[in-house]
Amino acid sequence: MSIELSNISKTYNGSDFVLSDISVKIETGEFFAIVGPSGCGKSTLLRMIAGLIPITSGELKINDKDVTNLPPQERSLTMVFQNYALFPFLSVKDNVAFGLKARKMEKSEIDSRVINALELVNLSEYKERKPGELSGGQRQRVALARAIASDAKICLMDEPLSNLDAQLRNKMRSEIRELQQKLGLTLIYVTHDQVEAMTMADRIMVLNEAKTQQIDSASDIYDTPSNTFVAGFFGTPQMNLIPVTLHANSQSLNNESGLNFPNNHQLSKGKYLVGVRPNALSIDDSATVNNGLITTIEYLGTHSIVHVILDNSLEVLVETKSAEHLTTNQQITVNVTGKYYIFSEDGQSLLLTNGGYINDGKSSKEPKLQALF
Amino acid sequence: MTQYNKKAKIQQFMHYLLLIILTLFILIPFILGFWTSLLPTADISKGALWSSHISLDNYVTAVTQTPIIRYLFNSLIISIITMLAQIIFCSLSAYSFVFLKFKGRDLLFYVFLATMMLPFEAEVIPNFTTVRTLGLLNHYAVMIVPFLTSAFGTFMLRQSFLQIPGELKEAGDIEGLSHWQYYYKVVMPYSKISIYTLAAYSFLSSWNQYLWPMLTTFSDNFRPVQDGLRQLQSQESFNNWGMIQASAAIIIIPTLIALFFGQHYFKSGLNEGAIK
Amino acid sequence: MMENQAKSQNFKLSSEKEKSNISLGYNPYAKDKLYALLFLGPSLLILAIFVFYPMLRTIYLSLFLTNNLGNPTVFVGIKNYLTLLTSSSYINSLIATLIYVIAVSILTIIIGLILAQAATKKVAGISFFRTIFSATMGVSVSVAAIFWLFIFNPSVGLLSQLFTALNLTPINWLTEPGWAMTAIVISTVWMNLGFTFLIFFGALQSVPYTLYEAAQIEGASKSYQFFHITLPMISPTIFFVSIITLIESFKSFGLIDLMTAGGPNNATNLLVYRIYQDAFLNGNYGLSSTESVILAVIIAIFTFIQFKVLEKRVTY
Repeated sequence: MSIELSNISKTYNGSDFVLSDISVKIETGEFFAIVGPSGCGKSTLLRMIAGLIPITSGELKINDKDVTNLPPQERSLTMVFQNYALFPFLSVKDNVAFGLKARKMEKSEIDSRVINALELVNLSEYKERKPGELSGGQRQRVALARAIASDAKICLMDEPLSNLDAQLRNKMRSEIRELQQKLGLTLIYVTHDQVEAMTMADRIMVLNEAKTQQIDSASDIYDTPSNTFVAGFFGTPQMNLIPVTLHANSQSLNNESGLNFPNNHQLSKGKYLVGVRPNALSIDDSATVNNGLITTIEYLGTHSIVHVILDNSLEVLVETKSAEHLTTNQQITVNVTGKYYIFSEDGQSLLLTNGGYINDGKSSKEPKLQALF
Repeated sequence: MTQYNKKAKIQQFMHYLLLIILTLFILIPFILGFWTSLLPTADISKGALWSSHISLDNYVTAVTQTPIIRYLFNSLIISIITMLAQIIFCSLSAYSFVFLKFKGRDLLFYVFLATMMLPFEAEVIPNFTTVRTLGLLNHYAVMIVPFLTSAFGTFMLRQSFLQIPGELKEAGDIEGLSHWQYYYKVVMPYSKISIYTLAAYSFLSSWNQYLWPMLTTFSDNFRPVQDGLRQLQSQESFNNWGMIQASAAIIIIPTLIALFFGQHYFKSGLNEGAIK
Repeated sequence: MMENQAKSQNFKLSSEKEKSNISLGYNPYAKDKLYALLFLGPSLLILAIFVFYPMLRTIYLSLFLTNNLGNPTVFVGIKNYLTLLTSSSYINSLIATLIYVIAVSILTIIIGLILAQAATKKVAGISFFRTIFSATMGVSVSVAAIFWLFIFNPSVGLLSQLFTALNLTPINWLTEPGWAMTAIVISTVWMNLGFTFLIFFGALQSVPYTLYEAAQIEGASKSYQFFHITLPMISPTIFFVSIITLIESFKSFGLIDLMTAGGPNNATNLLVYRIYQDAFLNGNYGLSSTESVILAVIIAIFTFIQFKVLEKRVTY
């Protein structure tokens, strides 16, 4: 079942938009993640798709049928909630059967669906227990089973893993993904966790301040963020953003940013934000001319994050494979060795990327977005 | 180490002493009441607290020669109906204040709150006229109808309903539950403990009604226990202590039993509902 | 029929919206008004008839002289109020009520706290004590009156016998003004204790134990812990209990009717008892209504003050 949102907006008072002009078509069987910081409207959007909150303007289609004015139960979808929304006074079995009973389904049909759903999430032996007697992960599975049992082909999930500990979260991530593919569900998954979105989803919608920032696959979002918000939201540690002012056309970025860039772009004069991910920077501790001072080194096992204060007193983070030869308060040189991004001054649009690692002077990948000139 | 142990022992002893003193203060009226209900009035009147003739005679007298059982029955009917009505009407009102969106909801809630400030005792005169006009005087209905609902009960259940996670309502909406279905399938079972608390509270307050039934009932057929005891005191010679104490014991035993069984719910419910 | 109306109204609403080119969307609250009417209606009706109307009617009656059926005859304005507030007998009632209410509240809270605190320590047999401490909750007013009447009885009562045994002159508890008030206060406090204990006990249980552990590490004494951890932590409960106790004491009637009937010499003629006497024994409904209004105002003021205090001071 496909879901199509056309120019959907939400406002409670007529002037302040909680969501503004959201459009996207989600294909049948797609795992679609909506990601953004808290308060960006992602949960509201999900609830509007569910029919729990009325849509102020715009149109919502499910399988090409306009459902904008239909109540939730007529949209043939199911939902998994952040706190699982289990009924504490009902057994696991009855929780899973809850919606089916509400829809007055035949008892034998209910039983077989409940048994089947509980089997799929490995909870068969817990069916007589109350939710209070289960662990967090098991409760989450009950909620999944309830969604599975409903047999709806659209499943909406609202931060379903945010109450689980890190280890369990990893495990459930792959379980949900497997289930989604096994059952051929069209899944809309709301999360504030960029890692979750990137590892699970076919496509990701990034929301911020009521607006769509970008809709793309995980790799496209990582490689070609459409603005500084998206750039900063994806990737850990965050992308370094360095403001530069070019006083003349085609001026070198080096002096203005305090970093050493491998090549020069034909940028017209003006103000820009230059974004470089920590893993696209490298440290040279043997150069004769240094441009920064190490303040902190975070050792993370496979790699280290080095905090460097540049000569122009900006701080940048550098990811390096080994930091054994580095010490704090050491003078070093930071070079740009990977991809970098040039954003407009306000950070709203990506003007140019250099493609991959440039050593031979030629760009490995054409910038996706149109440059200003 | 022994020093430490000794100190702990003394502390423990002092603690028990305190507990026993407090227990005596609470229990003496009970013990004295039950004990004297077993003694012949003649002995009690002489100021004796011991008698060679300990028996249940007073109970037999109370049951056979006074309408005490009838009073108990009346109170039971009145209290049970009041309790059921309050559970239904208070929970429906509380549901409206928590789960329904309509114009003037908050204003109406303040109106409910305001009624908690108005003492029933200050309104007995017009209420008396009202029930007289409605022809309810000297009937069970007169002790039930004015108390079918309660602002306090509504307030308490509202607090409790507010604790129900909003996601449960959304989960219900996804399945297309109507308000009525959500009310009896989810809200009521979810708030079981608060409902029990309200049940106990409304039962006890109805059971303990005194002024209102005194004004509105005139015959033993409808008189509840509290006013029944008053009636016994004024009718029987006030000094038939043995019989009076036996009547008191007959009345108190059901509530004490109910209390001990319901204590757990009462405790948690009152603390959850009323204070948060 | 009502449903149809609601539906057609809804339809109108959505068609209007469509004209303005904004689709309304599915409105999950469309039927709420109807449900509100069904769910709230009965309660509102009862409250209107038995709480709001009588309050207004009482205020109205308080401005009139009345006949013996309780119907207003002569409009006298605030004269009833002036009569009352200049009557030394009524002022005495007010003072007696205040003394009673304050004494009962303070004693109930202090003893209730002691009971609860004593019952928190986990020693053998503590659940037995807990059950005993909550026992007076099951005592109704008439039973309490009988129990205490017997204890205070001048000839056969326990206290008199105790005094005689100790070679003291027995006190005529219920026939001497000061002692009658004392007897009523003791009986009321005793009745209140079960409820108060349960509430305080629950509150004490909910104070996080880590706070006490932290205090013990700092070497704080038991009493320091009580005054600096327990009391502040349960202050919301203390205020809750004090509201309830104050208001309930203002409304006391049963114990007085059964134990002293307002006597001796009007020493225990508290506000509600007076309302009852003036209306139903003396047939003076106008004056009684005035007394009712004064009582309602006092209770409203106390509730209001308590709510305000609750708002401000009860923060940890």
